[in-house]
Amino acid sequence: MANPDDPLVRFIEVQKSYDGEILVVKNLNLDIARGEFLTMLGPSGSGKTTCLMMLAGFEPATHGEITLDGTSINNLAPHKRGIGMVFQNYALFPHMTVAENLAFPLEVRKMGKSDIEAKVKRALDMVQLGDFGHRRPAQLSGGQQQRVAVARALVFDPELVLMDEPLGALDKQLREQMQYEIKHIHESLGVTVVYVTHDQSEALTMSNRVAVFNDGVIQQLAPPDELYEKPNNAFVAQFIGENNKLMGKVTAMNGKNCTVEVDGGGPVQAFNVKAGAVGEAASLSLRPERVEINPPDGKYPNVFNGKVEELIYLGDHIRSRVNVCGHDDFIVKVPNATGHPQLSKGSDVRVGWTVEDCRALDVYEGP
Amino acid sequence: MSDQVTAAAYAGPVLAADGTLLKDRLNKTMRRRKLIAAGLVLPLGAFVFITFMFPIILMLYRSVDNPVVHDNMPQTVAALEYWDGQGIPGEEAFAAMVADLVQARKSKEIGRVATRLNFEMSGVRSVLTGTARKAKNMKAPFKDALIAANDLWGERELWVTIKRMAKPFTASQYLAAVDMRFDIDNNMVMQDEDRQIYVTIFGRTLWISLLVSVMCLLLGYPVAYLLATLPLKYSNLLMIMVLLPFWTSLLVRTTSWIVLLQTNGVINDLMVWTGIISEEGRIQMIYNQMGTVIAMTHILLPFMVLPLYSVMKTIPPSYMRAALSLGANPVTSFVRVYAPQTVPGIGAGSLLVFILSIGYYITPALVGGRTGQMISNFIAFHMQKSLNWGLAAALGGILLVGVLFLYWAYSKIVGVDNMKLG
Ligand SMILES: Nc1ncnc2c1ncn2[C@@H]1O[C@H](COP(=O)(O)OP(=O)(O)OP(=O)(O)O)[C@@H](O)[C@H]1O
Ligand SMILES: [Mg+2]
Repeated sequence: MANPDDPLVRFIEVQKSYDGEILVVKNLNLDIARGEFLTMLGPSGSGKTTCLMMLAGFEPATHGEITLDGTSINNLAPHKRGIGMVFQNYALFPHMTVAENLAFPLEVRKMGKSDIEAKVKRALDMVQLGDFGHRRPAQLSGGQQQRVAVARALVFDPELVLMDEPLGALDKQLREQMQYEIKHIHESLGVTVVYVTHDQSEALTMSNRVAVFNDGVIQQLAPPDELYEKPNNAFVAQFIGENNKLMGKVTAMNGKNCTVEVDGGGPVQAFNVKAGAVGEAASLSLRPERVEINPPDGKYPNVFNGKVEELIYLGDHIRSRVNVCGHDDFIVKVPNATGHPQLSKGSDVRVGWTVEDCRALDVYEGP
Repeated sequence: MSDQVTAAAYAGPVLAADGTLLKDRLNKTMRRRKLIAAGLVLPLGAFVFITFMFPIILMLYRSVDNPVVHDNMPQTVAALEYWDGQGIPGEEAFAAMVADLVQARKSKEIGRVATRLNFEMSGVRSVLTGTARKAKNMKAPFKDALIAANDLWGERELWVTIKRMAKPFTASQYLAAVDMRFDIDNNMVMQDEDRQIYVTIFGRTLWISLLVSVMCLLLGYPVAYLLATLPLKYSNLLMIMVLLPFWTSLLVRTTSWIVLLQTNGVINDLMVWTGIISEEGRIQMIYNQMGTVIAMTHILLPFMVLPLYSVMKTIPPSYMRAALSLGANPVTSFVRVYAPQTVPGIGAGSLLVFILSIGYYITPALVGGRTGQMISNFIAFHMQKSLNWGLAAALGGILLVGVLFLYWAYSKIVGVDNMKLG
């Protein structure tokens, strides 16, 4: 048994190609700690499922090494890895009852009958399906099937559980409830979970850390709050949460900050994260809730004139689309607090923000 | 509901825009649709009835129909009606027989009557036709005259047989089809040992069909699995190879088996050449049961592969993966998770192949020799050679009942809804 502080799973310079021409996963390095809830988040086709399949043993890595508990599993057959897995379509065996489905991994481990019964019962109780053991999967609702799939992946006490978009087929309300339940199970069992989704709110609410995938590369690996507040590059800034993007050119560097001349606007003071050298193009990222409408004079270094194009009343806040620096898709969230500025469509306003909230990043052109 | 009724009653019947009753209009439009729908299925329905249902009904009727004696010997039939079957009948029966023989000879039906009776009691044909020639000149007492013409007329068995055949419907063809007959006291007994054939042939037909089904399953299952799991590029090619036999004539395929399997055929030559067998030890692989099984397996294989394939195609690969991830080795995963889900395909394919095999004719006829003949070959024999159509119909009827029974058993055990043919 390796040191408990060592990572449970390591991807070391892993590459994967299906056809020998295109790398679907490019040089992946990733450590997953024991007990961690790690989510792989990314757009469709970014290689999340491929990573999971390599970990589960259903796809061989083209290059590099994957270790589990300190030993390489590159050449270990899937059924010897002892990794629980929840599939997107649940993959419950239709010809077995729920209890038989749960007993299956225990039977193939040659466990005693009474042990099996006790464990199956405990697993069913864990997902609140105690009375459903005798039913066939087809006689369960989508959410119930999903719970059975989770229980089956956990019933044989694996150290690591993989879930590939397990909630993709559920409606919004059920999905949120299941997110909570899965999170709860994770915490009470202390099992390590690698979770795949392309739903960012799911990733943010459930995970300890999120790995944002794009084009076979991890763009950023960070806890949810950091991911949202401190995106490392333009892709992450755009992919996570709502984001105002201003394109421009770097005109000056001063320490941690820089000045960017926004196309069709003026110079903006920004926090330099990943902008290039002076003279190169950069994008500025600014969260809509960090912009203030009509701020007091001198409060912010960045103040611009704009014109309200559209207002949408959303209860707790008012979403306003403002034309700033020639960008007419600039969003400002005005909190519906006491004494908030009264806006009307077409009125002229001033908008302002701090240097720290405005992050200068690289230029991401999109796929 | 009652609200609506009262409302309608107050408002009077609902009228359509042109003032006619809405209900009538609705019926009119619906009737048009129904007529069109009926018109679309009518040609097929008529075709199926005329070419399928009608011949089957006719065949079943013919297997019990027994008009020859009843129609052509009316006086004898009447005279024997109250005969108790003991001893030999009285003079009036003999008189009626002579009159009928004269009449039948005149109307040239005597041959048919003689043939029919000969099926029941061999040797009767010549007695009947011979006596009929002399009947015209016979004088009373006819009993003596007939017995003088041939001793058989004094035998009780002949009269019992005639009385039995006098009924317009008979079960005797079905008895014959299961190697039974009526004895002299009208009891059902087994045929004499040396005349029992059909039970053996039915048994052999079932055995060969079972063998062919099992062979098809063993050979077809892996192919279907490959078809369902290979990448499209390869599976398309494989599919063409599976379907290729359908594009070649049955006769060509069967004869090519003759070329391959006969004692001087390719396979024997090859085995002699490589020294596996000696020149004298050439193996008889055709013109026997083995030839029938091999050729039929080849011909019926697609009927097994296609239903299996259509079922396997719907099984997502994630089931196998789930089983593996739960710790089952590949063999266990296959046996406990994949195979059970292919049962509907196995059932459909096996049933299809089995039912097709049971009625197979051309292949056993060509390569079956003596030991590879199946029941259809005997049906054909009675249709074409012995012209005992009644027996052929009875054999066919038993075959039909057998198939229906199989289908019923299958639907009880597996469920017809579970059957997938494509
Ligand atoms: N079996 C395969 N053979 C060839 N290419 C494949 C195969 N599976 C996936 N790919 C390709 O690899 C890339 C990554 O696929 P992957 O399934 O890992 O994406 P993903 O991130 O899981 O996307 P999604 O969110 O849509 O599930 C895609 O471009 C896909 O076309
Ligand atoms: Mg995926």
